[in-house]
Order: sequence, then structure tokens, then C-alpha cells
Amino acid sequence: MFWDWDYAFDVLPVLAKASIVTIQATLAGFILALVLGLVFAIMRMSRNRAVTGATTAVVEFIRSTPLLIQIFFIYFVLPEFGIVLDAFLAGTLALGIHYATYCSEVYRAGIEAIPRGQWEAATALNLSPATTFKDIIIPQAIPPVVPALGNYLVALFKETPLLSAIAVLELMQTAKILGSQNFRYIEPITLVGVFFLIFSLIASAAIRYAERRLSTIGKR
Amino acid sequence: MRFSGVTKRYGDLTVLDNLDLDVAPQEKVAIIGPSGSGKTTVLRMLMTLEPIDEGVIYVDGKPLTHMESNGGLVRANEKYLRSVRGNIGMVFQHFNLFPHMTVLRNCTEAPINVLGLSKAEAEERAVELLELVGLGDKLGEYPQRLSGGQKQRVAIARALAMRPKVMLFDEVTSALDPELVGEVLNAIRMLGKQFQLTMLMVTHQMGFAKEFADRVCFFYEGKIHEDGPPEEIFNSPKRERTQQFLSAVLEAG
Repeated sequence: MFWDWDYAFDVLPVLAKASIVTIQATLAGFILALVLGLVFAIMRMSRNRAVTGATTAVVEFIRSTPLLIQIFFIYFVLPEFGIVLDAFLAGTLALGIHYATYCSEVYRAGIEAIPRGQWEAATALNLSPATTFKDIIIPQAIPPVVPALGNYLVALFKETPLLSAIAVLELMQTAKILGSQNFRYIEPITLVGVFFLIFSLIASAAIRYAERRLSTIGKR
Repeated sequence: MRFSGVTKRYGDLTVLDNLDLDVAPQEKVAIIGPSGSGKTTVLRMLMTLEPIDEGVIYVDGKPLTHMESNGGLVRANEKYLRSVRGNIGMVFQHFNLFPHMTVLRNCTEAPINVLGLSKAEAEERAVELLELVGLGDKLGEYPQRLSGGQKQRVAIARALAMRPKVMLFDEVTSALDPELVGEVLNAIRMLGKQFQLTMLMVTHQMGFAKEFADRVCFFYEGKIHEDGPPEEIFNSPKRERTQQFLSAVLEAG
């Protein structure tokens, strides 16, 4: 038979367990991307030319090189400099840093969309730059860009199979191992695809829901 | 408050040309003139929203735009600007309220974060001011739900909550529907009586300028073309450009 249901049900629990690793990598990577992305965005707006230039260079460099190479670099090359990370940590770090550069562009667009009058009002009230960002700019800049950030969450999630290249036991790596043990790839690989499909659809629905919620808050 | 030889250029365009202007404490000065004459720039420089190219502005005897260093004056850095800016409050043509904050929070944000007031103290102060401008029942509203006149009164209360000595009004009624102008002017009138404030206002409301101001400055091409008490400027302007401007404005109603 082309499709073996018994085998499929055998591997399903193993894959379900591996999916936890995939989700952990996604969430940890995305949180890092959100935080670091905001840091990049603010640093790029600094009045200090050196800070702006250095940040722009770093962001462009990371954005313009493949994620897979960055994963390899962190896992295989950093130990040469005495920084040894386990595979999950190295992979998650690479995902987070890579996507932080995309998120920083999104944040930047959100911040640049804030009318100049808001900055001027903050200056006229003598708010410090930190308070201006924290209380005035960021709360207005983030809601409109939530959908764009959400799209990067889904994109990051779909790139987690790259971590199989450094043998993180996430879904893809687990499916590959199962396939080579049993000489049947079709069931595990298909199930992995279905898993990604289902979670991507759920995430997209959640993003649309968040988008609607945020737009109603804006109209309050 | 004193402007001494202040010049401001945008590229080739000279917006303010070697301006000298003295304003006494608690004086109320109305600034009128055609658009592009540098009226608004005067206020924006006082609020440190625009750097100046030449000259010095003094507030309370202290240089606002410059700081003393080794006996000379050098351009002020951000830290110094923050220390001198506290004396000055500004109300903008387009309100610039914070749309994601309630009316009350708009008025407590800066007193809490800049003056270090407790939340209770800041709210007490804000409520008092909002009641004064007739918005005691709108504390929990968001700015989107308010009319232009109400928004502008919130903006006035927000600026006053910082207890400035100088208040700047930049065409505060220009973005309002005609029927809402009165309520904002009334609020400003009342402030003039209740607080010891120096006020500078750029305005197109000639009637209000005439009644409220101690002095009227007519700006033309980046200079004070004529200034004096309102009766003099409005009833017997000496210079031709002033006469032309006033008759054009008054004719338009």
C-alpha cells in the first residue's frame, strides 16, 4: 500500500513530542526577534552617527546572508572562540537574531508613521527621550504593525526545519530519523507538512483576530 | 524674556532676520502678520523645537538656546535644554494630544514623569485644571471622542499642569470650526486672570488680540515691522504694510 496507516499512527506520538521542540524554538526565537528588533530600530534612529551607522551595517549584513549559514556559524564557528552553545540554543538564537532584523524594519515603519506633532508635544512637555519612546511613541507605533509582525511569526515558524541541519530534535529532524530507521519517509514527512499547515492556519487566524481587536481599540 | 539678534534660515530662505524682542514678565503679546513672516517660528524656537542659527534667546535672564562654557556661550546640548524648557508650555494649532491616553492621563503623564509628582497629586492637579477649562466631565474620554474645541482645552490644561511661567499659543483656533473658537478663547481669557503667566500668542483672531493683549507685534519678512499697544496698532497703524495687512484681514472678517 502507498500509505501505511499503522505506521503513521506509530510515528504520530513521536512527532507530537518533537512538535513541542518546534513550538519552543518558534516562541523563544520570536520573543528574541521582537525585543532585539525594537532595540535595533531605536538604535538606528539614534542621533549618534556612529551608533546609527554600525546598527545599519549589522542589520543589513544579517538580512543579506542566509539564515542557514548563520545557524552553522553560531553552532560550529563560535566554539572556536570559546562560545559553546547546545544545538537548540544556537538554532533559536540564530532564528531570533535573523528575524530581529526584519522586525526592526517593521518597527521603524511604525515609528516613522507617528506624526511629528506627537514628538513636538512630548518635547514641549519636557518628557525625556526614554519616556517619550516608552509612553508616547511605542504604544502608538506597535498596534498598526502587529499584522506585519505576525506574518514574521509564521515565517519564522516555517523556517524552524532549518534547525534539523544542526540536529536539533525538532519535527523535521525527528521525521528524518524515523524515515531512515524504517526506510519509509512518506508518512512522517507528510505528517510534518500537515502539522505546519494546521499551525500556520491557526496562527494566521489569531493574527487576523488581533488585527481586528487592535483596530477597534484605535477607534475608541 | 529676550530675543537678541536671532536669525533662522531654512536653506536660502531667511525666516527670521536679526530679531530683537523683549517681553516683560506677565506681559501678553499677540503676534500677527502674513503667513511666512516667521511668527510661528518665534514660538517654536522658544519651545526649543527649532535650533537657531544666530543670536541668543534669554528666558528669566538665562540663555535658553546656549549654555555658558569657559566664559563664553556655546550651543546648548539636550541635557541643558531639558533643564531650561520646564519654564515654557506650548499649545499647538493641531492639539497634538496623545490619542492613546485618556484626557486625564494626557494631563498627568508629564507631571508624573518629569516633575516627579505622585499619581494622586498629578490627578488632583489635572482634575482642577480640567474643571477650570470646563471639562471636568470628560476625564475618562479619549481625545477622538472630543470636539476640536474640547481637544484644544485639554491641550491647554495639559500644558498648564507643568506650571510653566511662559505659555505659547500657536494659532490655537485656526484648526477649529468657527462656532468652537469662542470656548477656547474664553479658556485663554480665564487663564490670563487666574495665573501669573507670560503669554505669547500667534493668532488670526484680531478681535481677541485687541482685547486681550498688552502689546501687538506685526511680523513682516522675518522682522517686527511694527509693534505697540493694541489700540495703536489696530486703530492707527503707522506703517503701510501694517495698514494693508489689517485692512485685508478685517475685510475678510
